[in-house]
Amino acid sequence: MIEFNMPSLGADMEAGTLREWLVKPGDKVKRGDIIAIVETQKGLIDIEVFEEGFINRLLIKEDEKVPVGTLMALIADGKEEAIKPALPILEKEAVKEKVIEKITPVTIPRTVKASPLARRIAVEKGIDLTTIKGTGEGGVITKEDVEKAIAPKELLPAEKKPTATENIRMAVAAAMSKSNREIPHYYLQTKIDMSHALAWLAEANKTRTIKQRLLPVVLLIKAVAKALTEVPELNGYWQNGFQQKSDINIGFAISLRTGGVMIPAIHNADKKTPDELMQALNDIIPRTRAMKLKSSELSESTITITSLGEGNVELVYGVIYPPQVALVGFGCIMEQPWTEHGMLDVRPAITVTLAADHRATDGTTGSRLLMAINNHLQKPDML
Amino acid sequence: MIDENNTIKITYREALKLALRDALQKDEKVFLMGEDVGRYGGAFAVSKGLLQEFGHERIMDVPLSETGFVGAGIGAALGGMHPIVEVMTVNFSLLAMDQIVNNAATLLHMSGGQLNVPVIIRMSCGTGKQLAAQHSHSWEPLFAHIPGLKVLSVGTHEDARGMLLMALQSADPVIIFEYTAMLNMEGEIPANAGIVNSTNATVRKEGKDISIITYGAGVYKALDAAKELIPLGIDAEVVDLRVLRPLDTETIFTSVRKTHRALLVEEAWGSVNVAAEVSACIMENIFYELDAPVQRLCGAEVPMPYPKHLEDASLPQKEDIVSMVKRMLQHDRV
Repeated sequence: MIEFNMPSLGADMEAGTLREWLVKPGDKVKRGDIIAIVETQKGLIDIEVFEEGFINRLLIKEDEKVPVGTLMALIADGKEEAIKPALPILEKEAVKEKVIEKITPVTIPRTVKASPLARRIAVEKGIDLTTIKGTGEGGVITKEDVEKAIAPKELLPAEKKPTATENIRMAVAAAMSKSNREIPHYYLQTKIDMSHALAWLAEANKTRTIKQRLLPVVLLIKAVAKALTEVPELNGYWQNGFQQKSDINIGFAISLRTGGVMIPAIHNADKKTPDELMQALNDIIPRTRAMKLKSSELSESTITITSLGEGNVELVYGVIYPPQVALVGFGCIMEQPWTEHGMLDVRPAITVTLAADHRATDGTTGSRLLMAINNHLQKPDML
Repeated sequence: MIDENNTIKITYREALKLALRDALQKDEKVFLMGEDVGRYGGAFAVSKGLLQEFGHERIMDVPLSETGFVGAGIGAALGGMHPIVEVMTVNFSLLAMDQIVNNAATLLHMSGGQLNVPVIIRMSCGTGKQLAAQHSHSWEPLFAHIPGLKVLSVGTHEDARGMLLMALQSADPVIIFEYTAMLNMEGEIPANAGIVNSTNATVRKEGKDISIITYGAGVYKALDAAKELIPLGIDAEVVDLRVLRPLDTETIFTSVRKTHRALLVEEAWGSVNVAAEVSACIMENIFYELDAPVQRLCGAEVPMPYPKHLEDASLPQKEDIVSMVKRMLQHDRV
């Protein structure tokens, strides 16, 4: 039996609320299928499964909030196991029963004298029994006492549910605080001549429809991805030591219109053509802004790129998104005085920065990456 | 006498007799045997007149030997008859225990399902008649302990009229407890009353605050207590177990799920009695429905005293039920 747990959709995620099961016991699932929708601070996320088999039991009720790592479902290897769920009735009840309100989990100390029913209601409704005075025999807390305690609580205007924007703000705050608290950053920067890249783009876009046209950022992403194949020491996580990742999944920072940033992953960016990368961006940017991402997109990026795009800001010193170990930042492309072969020229140039985790790498590694990025951007036809 | 509600007033004894007569009329394999059931009309006059109506073949006086005639009844059942054996009182059933436990209750099992023993054993029982320690036993728990028996308790007039008829449909041994103290009690039953379902417990009065679960002589006491509790604003439910084996736990659970409190009332001694079993079933199955500990009111653990006031004191009375309910609902504090 395969265990399906509440996934971690980022270092800042502690718990998620299951909003909907998209499968039922007996259903066949394969790798990549979306089987549940989970609400996190980053909105409603489609949760994918990475195993193949048959859903055996759903263990978490819809609208239940559980910590990351909680067992949510069992997936059987064979069909036979799946059709004989251990407790079929439980599941039916579970699906039916919708807990609308948010319950703060309470633990009742054994020393509190309360009837079994009172305890049960207290747990269901998230009532702290230590604050209630019992009126039962010998001061025991009864059902009536708990109900009295619930009543005024329910009469009060419901506690204001944080908006999606506030949630995102809190998620960014948590991740960035963790980063600044734990990661010793070092920074490198260099300027890259973009004239070749832009010339190549102008030529390439001549044959493309407006919709298909490539943006400069596609080349930046591709250059970073290819550079990482040469400097893989910056592609991975710091979790009890450095763990290098073989897939190069570029997390691309997307600012939301209402504030906040999300970093969906573009999987295997090194293997995608510029056109495929453009498609990926066209797909992922609107979905990010609508907060409709898949779990793998939220949790699997191995490095982050932040690009300021158009505007007038020259460079960005990024804050690493834990547990990644590096962040590549691009300022905007600006015409700048450029010297080459003792001559002064004006060229479109971009300032690239690297923020890297000094626990995982040192400056020489970082500078190799920046040089590699530069090299790739000078040969855009090879990207 | 039929009144305007189409009910008749009838004594518990009369209801038992009507049931016996029905049984004898409906099925010629049915016959009644027991000490003094014929010429004398039954020690408690339940079978008075039946000898004249049905003759010696079907209303059979037997010698004073419980082992002998209960065994004979079991034999007749094995031979294809449907005997109703009257053991004068439950106190003497101890002498017939070997026949009941080792033959009636076991033969179906030991014959690999080949031998049914469709014997009915009726016993007068109960307390309250100043008959002292040897003649006031409440042995219901003893019989309810034995797999292979079906054990019924006749707690109301309606059941006195109809339980025997249903018991006769069983292919296996049935023990029926009838309550001596209730024989002269009058009650109203529907004029057309007859066979009643005797497979389940039943709610005698609906209520929402507490479940008083009892049987036999406890039923009317509990109903009286419930009536007295109404002016206090307490709405008690009264559950009559009726079938002590096999217990109808669903009816019990449904009631307690509604009221969240259970008071068990039983005349038998508390240690290892039916109430103890009911309590355990509640704990095991619906613990989280309980808003108060299950309580029991049972017979005091002494041989039954002879003096009236001590006999009364040793048994759960209406007043005890009322005050225990008040305590459980915290109506005695204010």
